[in-house]
Amino acid sequence: MISFLNANATIIIYLVKIALLLFIVLTVNAYLTWFERKVVAHMQSRWGPHRVGPHGLLQPLADGAKFLLKEDPTPAGVDKFTYFLAPLMALALALTSIAIIPFGPQPLHIFGRDITLGIADLNIGILALFAITALSVYGVALAGWSSNSKYPLLGGLRSSAQMVSYELALTMSVVGVLLLAGSFNLRDIINAQAHHPERGILGWNVWPQILGFFCFFVAAVAETNRVPFDLPEAESELVAGFHTEYASFKFAMFFIAEYTSMITVSCLCTIMFFGGWLSPFPASWTFTHYLPSVILIPFGLWVIWDGIRYETIFGKIILPGVGAAIFVIGAVLIAFSSVNEFIQGPFWLLSKIFVFLFVYVWMRGTLPRFRYDQLMSFGWKLLLPVSIANVVITAFAILMWGAR
Amino acid sequence: MTPQLAIFFVLAALAVLGALNLIIQRHPIHSALSLIVVMIALAGLYLLMGSEFVAAVQIIVYGGAIMVLFVFVIMLLNAGVEERTNVSKLAGVAGIPLAVALLGFLAAAIARSNESAQTGLQSGTLANTKEISTMLFKDFVYPFELTSFLILVAILGAIVLAQREKN
Repeated sequence: MISFLNANATIIIYLVKIALLLFIVLTVNAYLTWFERKVVAHMQSRWGPHRVGPHGLLQPLADGAKFLLKEDPTPAGVDKFTYFLAPLMALALALTSIAIIPFGPQPLHIFGRDITLGIADLNIGILALFAITALSVYGVALAGWSSNSKYPLLGGLRSSAQMVSYELALTMSVVGVLLLAGSFNLRDIINAQAHHPERGILGWNVWPQILGFFCFFVAAVAETNRVPFDLPEAESELVAGFHTEYASFKFAMFFIAEYTSMITVSCLCTIMFFGGWLSPFPASWTFTHYLPSVILIPFGLWVIWDGIRYETIFGKIILPGVGAAIFVIGAVLIAFSSVNEFIQGPFWLLSKIFVFLFVYVWMRGTLPRFRYDQLMSFGWKLLLPVSIANVVITAFAILMWGAR
Repeated sequence: MTPQLAIFFVLAALAVLGALNLIIQRHPIHSALSLIVVMIALAGLYLLMGSEFVAAVQIIVYGGAIMVLFVFVIMLLNAGVEERTNVSKLAGVAGIPLAVALLGFLAAAIARSNESAQTGLQSGTLANTKEISTMLFKDFVYPFELTSFLILVAILGAIVLAQREKN
């Protein structure tokens, strides 16, 4: 047994990492729906989900159970193979793209092995992500076509036109970052922003690449079919767009795919423009290393205090338990400085990803949907020229003054 | 059999089966899907040869952009199942010998080249992106610019064709 483990250690580590990442991403997805409903509800002066569990915290579980148990009818006249393939493709491609994201600078030392945070460290990292994005159009387009129904077909058509149009701007807007970093690798892109550790937040790519960031974020939101670019599923015009004819778990697969690509886009924005795992403070401010504890300890205490006020079992026992766990993690970070050092990178990366996820939800609560012709002229007449201009300006600036 | 060789045969089989399926399938969308499988299998073969950049570009350009356009047009025109006609006599008489001849020619060429079916790793010149770009913008800069000019002309032509209806 031990010898088998030693012989195949690399493969086993990869499998464990993949399983763990899938578990984390799917859980985060589930709670992202909760977060979205809650935030949008508060923006609209409502309470949002609050019946299932304290603060509606068990709502994602109830939703999941509902998705699994619902009847799953296949409408007559659908193209069977493509109808089943489309949600699988959407979900598989969305989950694959997470594998390329690196989650921390240093490898983790366990059992005498270095385990890097992140699954695939590719030389062509960002290109591989674009390749996956390029393919993910098919999930939506084929779902729309194979349903053999007019609204899904319109949704599928809109989606493929939209994705083809915005993919150009998406790719061009990143070229500036690639020129600055001189590499496609996501780790190299982050490290290229760390050349002046004393500048902290001012060293990030977002300052020289503000145009690129604007184009990238808008195009990426369009690629993920989110508000204000959710024309493929515009519920006021197309019933539910491309997934009108999908029910039960096949619908859930589209849902999970959409939220997973939200996470991927947030990761990419963070990594390429906001310094990835780099701290926003100058490197000499070592006292900022206690920030994770400063956030975690009061949060844990608040969760305990909040939990014991509930009369349900979940509130009385599980919430204080979770709160205590958070508190202990915060305390451990203060007690063991090596753990604290290790956690800095992932802490900043995850915080920034969380901010971008909030921006996504915020936009959904704020912005109205584009009209179709507005969408097209915005993509072709504004985003594409601006991103090309950004490439030219960046290249010129690098020629004049060098990359850093 | 090394893992690389096994992966090569899987990808090669995918490419060949996808290409066959492309012809056999009667619905345009299914044919387009088979073509996507071929494109991705080819990208996998490039990856196996160590040229990551070419593999990624293959998927982005062919698997993504071009095939999305195919699918989009098929969906837009709502093309139905294609009609099968009787195979024309000429295709039977001239086509089969020509196909056999082509296969024989390819097999002979591969057999004579003394290389294994799986090409070796691309070393140096074509492996990484930097090398490719230096080659494109130094050694082959004139053909490269000429190609871009050709594409520009094609884009202009497309715009002119699309706008003609307004007059």
